[in-house]
Amino acid sequence: MTTHTPKLQVNNLNFYYGNFHALKGINLQIPAKKVTAFIGPSGCGKSTLLRTFNRMFELYPGMRAEGEIMLEGDNILSHGVDVNLLRAKVGMVFQKPTPFPMSIYDNVTFGVKLYEKLSRSEMDDRVEWALKKAALWEEVKNKLKQSGNSLSGGQQQRLCIARAVASKPEVLLLDEPTSALDPISTAHIEELINELKEDYTIAIVTHNMQQAARVSDYTAYMYLGELVEVGETDRIFTAPKQKATEDYITGKFG
Amino acid sequence: MNPAIYRRRRLVNALNMGASMFAMVFGLFWLAWILWTLFAHGFSGLHANVFLKSTPPPGSAGGLANAIYGSLLMTLFGTLIGTPIGTLAGIYLAEFGQRGWLAPVTRFINDILLSAPSIVIGLFVYEVYVVSVGHFSGWAGSFALALLVIPVVVRTTENMLRLVPNSLREAAAALGAPQWKVIMHVTLRSAKAGVITGILLAVARISGETAPLLFTALNNQFWNSNMNQPMANLPMVIFQFAMSPYEDWHTLAWAGALLITLSVLSLNILARWLGSQKTASH
Repeated sequence: MTTHTPKLQVNNLNFYYGNFHALKGINLQIPAKKVTAFIGPSGCGKSTLLRTFNRMFELYPGMRAEGEIMLEGDNILSHGVDVNLLRAKVGMVFQKPTPFPMSIYDNVTFGVKLYEKLSRSEMDDRVEWALKKAALWEEVKNKLKQSGNSLSGGQQQRLCIARAVASKPEVLLLDEPTSALDPISTAHIEELINELKEDYTIAIVTHNMQQAARVSDYTAYMYLGELVEVGETDRIFTAPKQKATEDYITGKFG
Repeated sequence: MNPAIYRRRRLVNALNMGASMFAMVFGLFWLAWILWTLFAHGFSGLHANVFLKSTPPPGSAGGLANAIYGSLLMTLFGTLIGTPIGTLAGIYLAEFGQRGWLAPVTRFINDILLSAPSIVIGLFVYEVYVVSVGHFSGWAGSFALALLVIPVVVRTTENMLRLVPNSLREAAAALGAPQWKVIMHVTLRSAKAGVITGILLAVARISGETAPLLFTALNNQFWNSNMNQPMANLPMVIFQFAMSPYEDWHTLAWAGALLITLSVLSLNILARWLGSQKTASH
């Protein structure tokens, strides 16, 4: 873990839903331009942890995070931080595809237009670039004016990835991005994650352990709001140090 | 399996089914009778003069042109005044109403307003507006109708926005969009068909209202396009003509009733069609 500079450093993070203590004293580093996977049984807090990285939890009342999450030296949990600017830097793709009710083109430019002023041709280039990054360009290049809702589920999810990368964030959070997709679309998106890590720091939550093994460089196993073990994916899956991790990975538990 | 229990269940099922069918036929029977009577009398009274001439004195030929015009004008202004207020309040309740006490209180008051008898609304505008300016007017009628539009639009806008999944709001917020942009470009756009449907239903509701106009717009025998003057309108003319002893006034009242019913019917069909468009696109 120490061989790479951390993009995100989590120090003693505690998270509460009302009175429920959902994350307990998490300490973790997420290395730059690598894929870090979070695994663990449902309700272990892995999605909650992911949603602290862009302060998504603040959309709802009664939720509270304590501790530090350092993004390149700045604590993103401190009060002075502009949440919208933070989210422009830390993009997110969700479990279910969420195309906006507008054209494919407008879906991709939505985030870009918020923070950049581009000419028409620059914007066209950006859209093409993002859709190529998301391996969707060939399928949609002739129907950019069509509604995003007209695409298939797998295409919609790739559109959402294109939308997230279009505004050039530094970190990409993927919250079970393939759990609603068929195996072929899943394979597409896994290939994509491999390519995207050249430019982005990626954190992915997944229920699928094979997926974690396939796409990630580092894996973190969580249980009941605690981080049980984190390390290089190869080691976690072949020689876990904790008995609990081994039980989960070998299917004895969970 | 006990055959006696099964037989009994089939019998109970048949009885309930029969009772529901009877209730439905009973209800539909009156509706069909009302529509039949209305169509029979209304269509026979419907001729070009209805749209071309103003309300006549008893015994002479005339139409409903002034009342149709007044109704359209006041419905238009009532909708134009009520819709923005209702939509914005509905957005507030749906998008900002999770925290604090203001939203639940607003929602409660809105529900009261929604079920308030429309004559109370008419009296209120009479007391507050008509008395202070000293005369009945088209504006007073529009204000009363706007007060009827607002709670309907608030309710439907809130409900329609709540149907938009939170995942869509999260996705927009995750790109760094401020809340007003999330609402304008994503949430409201998703709920557009439903919100418009609500507005159409509100228009349908006010286009047949008599009570709120009784104390506000009153009526006018003559053609009038001045919103500061008392204004003719279909519901009031129907009321006045139907109560009169003159046969030709009765005919015009039937024609007016038919016009209102047809416009409410077409607004409802339009609203339903819009609603189905929404589900078809998803």
